[in-house]
Amino acid sequence: MESSVLKVENFFANYGEGDIVKDINVEFERNKVHAIMGPSGCGKTTFMRCINRMHELTPNSTVKGKIMLNNEDIYKMNPIDLRRKIGMVFQKANPFPTMSIYDNVISGYLLNGIKLSKNEKDQIVEESLKNAALWEEAKDILHRKGTFLSGGQQQRLCIARGLAMKPDILLLDEPTSALDPRATSKIEKLMVELRERVTIILVTHNIGQAARVSNYTAFIYLGELIEYGATDKLFTVPKDKRTEEYLTGKFG
Amino acid sequence: MKKIKENIFSYYLTFVSILIVVLFLSILITLVYQSFPSIKQFGMDFYTKDVWNPVSQEFGSLSFLVGTLITSLLAILIAIPFSIMISIFLGEYFKEGIFSNILKSMVELLAGIPSIVYGIWGLFVFVPFFRGIQMYLVQNEIMNIHPFGRGIFTASIILTVMIIPYAASIGRDVISMVPNDLKEAGYSLGGTRFEVIKKIILPYCKSGIIAGILLALGRALGETMAVTMVIGNRNVLPKTIMDPSSTLASVLANEFGEATNLLHLSSLVHLGLVLFLTTAIVNIAGKAIINRGFRSG
Repeated sequence: MESSVLKVENFFANYGEGDIVKDINVEFERNKVHAIMGPSGCGKTTFMRCINRMHELTPNSTVKGKIMLNNEDIYKMNPIDLRRKIGMVFQKANPFPTMSIYDNVISGYLLNGIKLSKNEKDQIVEESLKNAALWEEAKDILHRKGTFLSGGQQQRLCIARGLAMKPDILLLDEPTSALDPRATSKIEKLMVELRERVTIILVTHNIGQAARVSNYTAFIYLGELIEYGATDKLFTVPKDKRTEEYLTGKFG
Repeated sequence: MKKIKENIFSYYLTFVSILIVVLFLSILITLVYQSFPSIKQFGMDFYTKDVWNPVSQEFGSLSFLVGTLITSLLAILIAIPFSIMISIFLGEYFKEGIFSNILKSMVELLAGIPSIVYGIWGLFVFVPFFRGIQMYLVQNEIMNIHPFGRGIFTASIILTVMIIPYAASIGRDVISMVPNDLKEAGYSLGGTRFEVIKKIILPYCKSGIIAGILLALGRALGETMAVTMVIGNRNVLPKTIMDPSSTLASVLANEFGEATNLLHLSSLVHLGLVLFLTTAIVNIAGKAIINRGFRSG
């Protein structure tokens, strides 16, 4: 793939005992949505947390292999710089409760002590909220606390917060697992729109969601990458028997 | 039969709970009643005059009020940075491990040392130490004071050591309760550990930390023994923080056994009432902030 943005080579990860992620080789393409699916505990979240080195917050974690972001080895980068380039949205919406909606959006800049003029801030806030499809709902209550919003809105606020840093990649870790169907469908629609601007890697255990929003799908089982390919192909003619069994609900 | 047991138990619980309320109120009523002669005699003068003369029967508590407030506030000011650092260290940086456990128990043990022990320690260690410093200040004509060693500053330092455990252990509790997903959100945006602590953890814990400080202040205001031993016990309005002074509690401890006439006794009880109300207000404020913080957070 000539437009690959993230390249994973022979990648292993563990938290002290036994590899949770085993020998993963995969490439993610620029401005596409990639779904990583698999049953609970298969290592998909661990793998995702290795991409922005969040796994390092857990003691005893070690990795082997390479992950290249735009041909740069992320394990040779400063994790702080890396995380500014790779945004993340978590399972449970976690806007900062002490900050207003406005401050939540630019919280990446606030945290990193990057000084912005009032104009720049306004611009980033408006643009990010528009990109996260939250502007219309939030533009009149920007000074309210982020936790004032509903669950789905909070999750979109977290997406806006990630987008505000203008990342190369946005990681979404089961972003809709705590949301009701309506909020879920809004976020799914948003993911499809967002792929024009940012590369998305979505961890999900919802097969339907992977099918609806992604261009490429990876199926991970017991820490191994079983199959990876264009979503329409993987869902219609899976190459591996285990993929087929997972898709037809035989396990997972 | 079961029903009766149940009823007896519930009556018993109610009785014990009411007893606490009765105790609290009767202390308050006793204080007000006993200080009535003094309230009637001096009125507001009791709070605005700094004459305290048992011989001429003149009693004004201003110098003790000032002494109490200055020692406590000074102690809190010195204690705040220390206790916040300890809270961060124990609540976020090193939550587990041998060193953190040792430090944690030491902080708790510090809170349990009887105040007279602090007093002796202050008397034999800090008083000579500060006397040295004061001698230096006087000899070099930096400050015009009497180098007693005992005084407001010495008392404040002792108080600081005594109240740090209170502020620090409440601070540790609230900091360790910050939800992990908020910290992770901070790290995922490229925050360093320091930035996450400063911009996310501390704002989130602000009310809890303030409450801890207020509760520590309540303790400082009422602390008697250690302060009495090192403050110098002088019934005059202090001019500098190196001067000997008195606090409400230290005057009570010093004079109560010797007060024989009614007005003197009543004025001392009046001091007790002021102290009771001040510490009660500070404590209530601290608790209210804790409650509010947990509701909204």
